[in-house]
Amino acid sequence: MSVDRATVARVADLARIAIPEDQLDHLASELSGILAWIEQLAEVDTSGVEPLRSVHPIRRTWRADEVTDGGCREAILANAPEREDGYFVVPRVVE
Amino acid sequence: MTGLNRLGLVEARDLLRRRAISAVELARACLAAMERGRALNAFITETPERALAMAEAADARLARGEGGLLEGLPIAVKDLFCTAGVRTTAGSRMLANFVPPYESTVTAKLWAEGAVLLGKTNLDEFAMGSSNTTSAFGPVVNPWTPPDVPQPLVPGGSSGGSAAAVAAGLCPAATGTDTGGSIRQPASFCGIVGIKPTYGRCSRWGIVAFASSLDQAGAFARSVADAALLLRAMAGFDPKDGTSADLPVPDWSATRAGQVRGLRIGIPKEYRLDGMPAEIEALWARGAEWLRAQGAEIVEVSLPHTRYALPTYYIVAPAEASSNLARYDGMRYGLRVPGRDLVDTYKKTRAEGFGAEVRRRILIGTYVLSAGYYDAYYLKAQKVRRRIVEDFEAAFAHCDALLTPTAPSAAFRIGEKSDDPVAMYLNDVFTVTVNLAGLPGISVPAGLSTEGLPLGLQVIGRPWDEATLFEIGLALEEAAGFVARPAGAVEV
Repeated sequence: MSVDRATVARVADLARIAIPEDQLDHLASELSGILAWIEQLAEVDTSGVEPLRSVHPIRRTWRADEVTDGGCREAILANAPEREDGYFVVPRVVE
Repeated sequence: MTGLNRLGLVEARDLLRRRAISAVELARACLAAMERGRALNAFITETPERALAMAEAADARLARGEGGLLEGLPIAVKDLFCTAGVRTTAGSRMLANFVPPYESTVTAKLWAEGAVLLGKTNLDEFAMGSSNTTSAFGPVVNPWTPPDVPQPLVPGGSSGGSAAAVAAGLCPAATGTDTGGSIRQPASFCGIVGIKPTYGRCSRWGIVAFASSLDQAGAFARSVADAALLLRAMAGFDPKDGTSADLPVPDWSATRAGQVRGLRIGIPKEYRLDGMPAEIEALWARGAEWLRAQGAEIVEVSLPHTRYALPTYYIVAPAEASSNLARYDGMRYGLRVPGRDLVDTYKKTRAEGFGAEVRRRILIGTYVLSAGYYDAYYLKAQKVRRRIVEDFEAAFAHCDALLTPTAPSAAFRIGEKSDDPVAMYLNDVFTVTVNLAGLPGISVPAGLSTEGLPLGLQVIGRPWDEATLFEIGLALEEAAGFVARPAGAVEV
């Protein structure tokens, strides 16, 4: 599958990464190269194969419904790019 | 006493217990070696004050006849493990100033066993790379770089700083993580031992996530016995990681040489690649011969889907990465680059915070997960992944472990392969299958290339059978008698 610059721009938008216009063509050719290489998987017959989501069987266990953590506002805010009165400050979301 | 920085973990542990040396002396020797070895760029953050305080506390415990498995032993930690109060960058601009308020489970276990933190080692950004050249903190130099060459050699990656630090004698051992070969390939390139245990053996809690179904912590050291000791301290069940295994951790450090008699060692025929360097093929054959001479039986096995492992990996890993790295949005921690509105802030933050390889993988991952492509790529890859697991299950019906080269070449030069992502990805051709199948793998230095660079052999085991890997690793180590030292080894 060859990827064009419009597709790169759309995927970059989905991934929330700004890509300058002048890099779109280069990225399109790079991604096309990687995807063309990946597409050899089409050769593998996988009819009737269950997709693998976990390499080892995971036994689900219940834990007690107890509070084991929390009450650490200062630690949570310690790396905040911007904070005020014990809250994160973020750009306006709703106009 | 000189040369303390060259001591292995087991040797140093015995000297510490006999009080022949102190933990403070040992830490000072390593800190001095780190200072002399700074040109390697192996560390992003050195923690000398913390190291000396931890070493003093260890000496006090040793003086009382107490102490854990690693009491007083200095360790370097890949800068992907969160360390409370010590900057943890993941090799990224995004986290350049991130100081975790919490400790990863693996490192917490190390400190509980008395280990001493020397510093945080350099790595490919978010552990994405095979050469340590994608780090926002600059490339790491392989200590095996011959003097006076214009372009230094890469240490491999992504755990390049850990591998270079151990190889150069800046520390006796280090932690790493391995998603597609990130412990074993740098171990091979740097002439040291590296083990990635079975998926689920070590907790992933507090390790900056790359691809959650593949990521696993492991150990670097200069000997198999040292790697076994460090891994034992790192491993174990953690309720905070739903994929960590509730299994007892065997005492691998009690493994002795001479245990391979009667073992069946599989040689996967599909690993004989077209165009593989003759010296790699010869080393592989020699490794099989060493094990045969010690009483193992060598059998040929088939892993028919080997050639599809890398393409499968380059769907699964970027898909998981694009999801995991969505958290870096500039809101609660990490870099924030203000834009004209919220979405513009996200986009600017992620464009500036992530380097080219990370952006590339996020885009690939986003693409293969996007509407209309999910079935063709991601679902297909999950199905081929099952085929790869089944290949191993069939092979392990005929043998106890597999022997392969670790990497298709010796270390290459910084900048080589960097203009062709697929050529770089091919470095992991022998290691990536192991992550896809969740198996344990160890790389042991086995010889030198014609250019005098180290080459490793990989042993792959059944799930949870690290013990057999250590037995075979010891047998290879003994037969190889690998004593060569890198040109960049530091003396103090």
